[in-house]
Amino acid sequence: MNDDDILEQAARWRSEGKGVALATVVSTWGSSPRPAGSHLAVDQDGAMIGSVSGGCIEGAVVLEAQEAIKSGNPRLLEFGVSDEDAWAVGLACGGRVQVYVEPIE
Amino acid sequence: MKGALLDRLLAERAAKRPAALVTSLNGGGQSLVTAEETHGDLALPLNVVAAARTALRSDRSGIVEADHSRFFIRVYNPPLRIAVVGAVHIAQALAPMAALAGYEVTVIDPRQAFATESRFPGVRLVTEWPDEALGALRPDRRTAVVTLTHDPKLDDPALEVALRSDAFYIGALGSTRTQAKRLHRLQELGFNQEQLGRIHGPIGLKLGGRAPAEIAIAILAEATQVLHQGEAAEAEAAGAL
Repeated sequence: MNDDDILEQAARWRSEGKGVALATVVSTWGSSPRPAGSHLAVDQDGAMIGSVSGGCIEGAVVLEAQEAIKSGNPRLLEFGVSDEDAWAVGLACGGRVQVYVEPIE
Repeated sequence: MKGALLDRLLAERAAKRPAALVTSLNGGGQSLVTAEETHGDLALPLNVVAAARTALRSDRSGIVEADHSRFFIRVYNPPLRIAVVGAVHIAQALAPMAALAGYEVTVIDPRQAFATESRFPGVRLVTEWPDEALGALRPDRRTAVVTLTHDPKLDDPALEVALRSDAFYIGALGSTRTQAKRLHRLQELGFNQEQLGRIHGPIGLKLGGRAPAEIAIAILAEATQVLHQGEAAEAEAAGAL
């Protein structure tokens, strides 16, 4: 699955009248598994395509994406080992990552 | 992101034009930067537009700071391409592997017994002579060229075209002895040592495997290595993001 598959799926969900958000890794420190630019597209029901980590934080990002779809506002998330919440969602790979989540209007 | 901007981005992708999406991490506005223009609701400082075009050249997404704001530059370059000369057994393994790694694959072989849909389901096949076929593809700095026929009259014309192009990776199948003879022939055509140094031969990283799929892995691994070494060097030269 490449960038085009992810963006085209996002456009398809949108054309079906669904709320859609795009999550993008904007910066990383340490051994985070996916580089800056990695995308995860999410629809209002929680269906997802792509990845922003090795599977550690996708669950949390999907929930934030659904919130962003509801509120209509973008948000910048940070996950890392220094953050207790991050342990709770399981970014145990030792890195830190910032993810920008934006609704597609 | 505005739906219209997503549609614009998808149109640039479909036309295989490089585009960088710049997002303000402070205000949330966005604009799309292409080689000639910018589109969108975010007014970009000139140095951010320049940084976006630099990021396209080095194929690196990242954050820049300007006017006390942080901007995320997301690079969308056209897909990597690989031209495989020789619709042989190794090519049958290499074509799907390269597609998985994000390459647009073209297999070139004028021998129509080899270049068949049943041997290469879903793969773009070209049966013109390799120099014409490769010339039409116009290999650029995001293109890899691989010759696998072992036959100088098929491989050499392709290598001539590849050497005159910006292809980031050129690899030729054959033993050290075959490679020495090949370089000698190409030298007689006027290519110098530096130009010939671009040809990776014997092809592939030395993984030790001999099965067609194992050789395909070695070829794709070498192309991957060369691609990222080149990008790292460009990013350094441009002043890394």
